[in-house]
Amino acid sequence: MSVPRHWRESKRRYRLLGTKCKSCKKLHYPPRTVCSSCKSRDLEEYQFKGKGNIYSYTIIRNPPEGYTFCRPYAAALVELEEGEIVTAQITDCDLDHLEIGMPVEVVIRKLFAYGESGIIVYGYKFRPILPRK
Amino acid sequence: MKTIKDIGIYGYGAYVPMYRIKNSDIARVWGNDPERVPVKEKSVPGPDEDACTIACEASKNALLRADISPQKLGTVWVGTESKPYAVKPTATIVAEYLGATPSINAADWEFACKAGTEALQGAIAYVGSGMAEYALAVGVDTAQGQPSDALEYTAAAGGAAFIMGPSEGSLAEYEGSYSFVTDTPDFWRRQHEHYPKHASRFTGVPAYFSHITNATKTLCNELQREPNDYDYVIFHQPNAKFPMAAAKMLGVDKEKVIPGLISPYIGNTYAGSAMLGLSAVLDVAKPDDLVLCVSYGSGAGSDAFSFKITDKIIEARERAPNVKSYIARRVGIDYAMYARYREKIRM
Repeated sequence: MSVPRHWRESKRRYRLLGTKCKSCKKLHYPPRTVCSSCKSRDLEEYQFKGKGNIYSYTIIRNPPEGYTFCRPYAAALVELEEGEIVTAQITDCDLDHLEIGMPVEVVIRKLFAYGESGIIVYGYKFRPILPRK
Repeated sequence: MKTIKDIGIYGYGAYVPMYRIKNSDIARVWGNDPERVPVKEKSVPGPDEDACTIACEASKNALLRADISPQKLGTVWVGTESKPYAVKPTATIVAEYLGATPSINAADWEFACKAGTEALQGAIAYVGSGMAEYALAVGVDTAQGQPSDALEYTAAAGGAAFIMGPSEGSLAEYEGSYSFVTDTPDFWRRQHEHYPKHASRFTGVPAYFSHITNATKTLCNELQREPNDYDYVIFHQPNAKFPMAAAKMLGVDKEKVIPGLISPYIGNTYAGSAMLGLSAVLDVAKPDDLVLCVSYGSGAGSDAFSFKITDKIIEARERAPNVKSYIARRVGIDYAMYARYREKIRM
């Protein structure tokens, strides 16, 4: 990914910032310029709350280059409270005890880095909900 | 020192990574006595965590407690000696993450373990002079200790964030602060070095104890108080022993230090240390309690702060996870996994 592309997408990746269609109320992540439901171009920014459940997941044991520092890790489809489904890594978890339906919350983490001298790409991941004491 | 306007802590937030390595395991690897270690265990950042991600979560928690729009922040100041980039501010990433850009003053501050409280002094001045309504200051580190060095037992990861704002509506009123600084080379890291060096026993009396006690006494004199007049006292926590020894020197009852003493469980989080201790105290303090927080940063200096808790604390503290929750979220790892996570294995 080029530096300008990272810069263009960083806000949405840091904050899970999507879009909401003003005419049919459909939510989108990633953000869109045309509504996938009613084709309206009248969209506004929508800040997802960042809570959801694991819809499905898999364990990545042979990650692509740049992601090996987290090996092995879980890649999941997370169904957000708002109903949208996003793809994300699950972090801070016991891979043997992940379950479909497990409640998760969004956090910001390092996604990858371009070697020792390139930029560090941060973005959203999900983790099991932090138990409160 | 006092501000022109009446101000206070409007929000605070903490973060501690979940991985822990026992000091006895570090001692075992290097052939030292596992019974004679400075803390029980220390926190270790996960492979996808760094000072920036820790600052983000602590700041988000502070914002939740402050219950204000991020656009109202006048500063995002991050105090750390573990910047992910040597050149490029951590604070711009934190500000973007929070949604506080672009009308914001964002910068990284450095003063070893007191970088965070240095930023807090700045935030106090910024709000206290009327330059901004709210200012965010963060203290965070993912400290590195050279393998087998004495510091490896305590160099830990964590951070805390504070939002200063108007006194009215604050969780704790600001009463005054003071900074005490001398040129004392007790600990340093040169450019391009992975690990810091230190002057062993020299880090004690002329460094930590001299600066902590001088800062505490001067602030107390300015406020016409004795250190033991406070209900809670937090000192920088390089280990479990130093803060208790400082309390004894200053005549502070140890029961007043224990609620904010977290180093026995997570180690020394450097720029996060005193600020995490202050967060732990804010998690339990009652309205009208008096709180004294004194940091220490090598090089060297101490910042001392005096706060009076308000009744707003009761509701606000529930809006984000407390320090106890992060300490309780604990996954033990062995030295091999620690070496991998901390990138001690160079290939």
